[in-house]
Amino acid sequence: MSHERRLRLKTLVMVFVMMVCATTGDSLLKRGMSQIGPVSLNHAGLLQAFRLAMTSGTIWFAILFLIGFMLSNMTVLSWADYSYVMPASAIGYAAVTFVGMALLGETVSPRRWIGVALICFGVFLVGQTKPSTSAVAEALP
Amino acid sequence: MFVLSGSAGELAVTHGMKKAGAPDHLRIKQLISFLGRAFCSPWFWVGVPLMALSFYLLMVLLSWEPISLVIPASALSYVVGTLGAKYILKEEVNGVRWAGVLLVCVGVAIVAAG
Repeated sequence: MSHERRLRLKTLVMVFVMMVCATTGDSLLKRGMSQIGPVSLNHAGLLQAFRLAMTSGTIWFAILFLIGFMLSNMTVLSWADYSYVMPASAIGYAAVTFVGMALLGETVSPRRWIGVALICFGVFLVGQTKPSTSAVAEALP
Repeated sequence: MFVLSGSAGELAVTHGMKKAGAPDHLRIKQLISFLGRAFCSPWFWVGVPLMALSFYLLMVLLSWEPISLVIPASALSYVVGTLGAKYILKEEVNGVRWAGVLLVCVGVAIVAAG
């Protein structure tokens, strides 16, 4: 396998890991916070919410996935362009839509489908470019 | 300010990661060694407070304007981030990549508007 092909495959695998971690982490966080209920924005309310959040298994799983997202993002940016990784990771919006529709039976509005189609085509175009075009920028220390 | 601080933070972290050097293989030992180098990078610690500032500004914005306006507007960060990547990180952003970034930006704005 050529160097560029390997680089592209490695980058796409890491972007996929980022997408799975971010989508799962956000969904678990949403579920965990819903279980806690509305938070009162005063000292006692925030302390109570913090205590409940720290004892919620769902929120700890969410934190674990979000740490996974951060570490995979940092790793992929060590070799791939920011202008490649950032738009490519937007495919998560499409994934959330498909998962919501297929697994949760959510209705998707035609406007949202247009947005998802634009994101998919945009990510496809970005995916046609080289994942890494710069060595370490020389202008900065 | 919200978009600029967020993009500046991410660009700083990206530069820090490039300086830390990519792991040769995606194996546990090399990944741990890479993360050790990454967390020691001063650029990482420049980026994190900027991203925290961006998050704080997002909260402030949400208290002023409706979410249906703020979140779609945040899609602008795709364009600002790409400009930063081109002119600060010296990445090559050709026409195809620009077209992709613009489509993603518009698509995310439409999806986020709900």
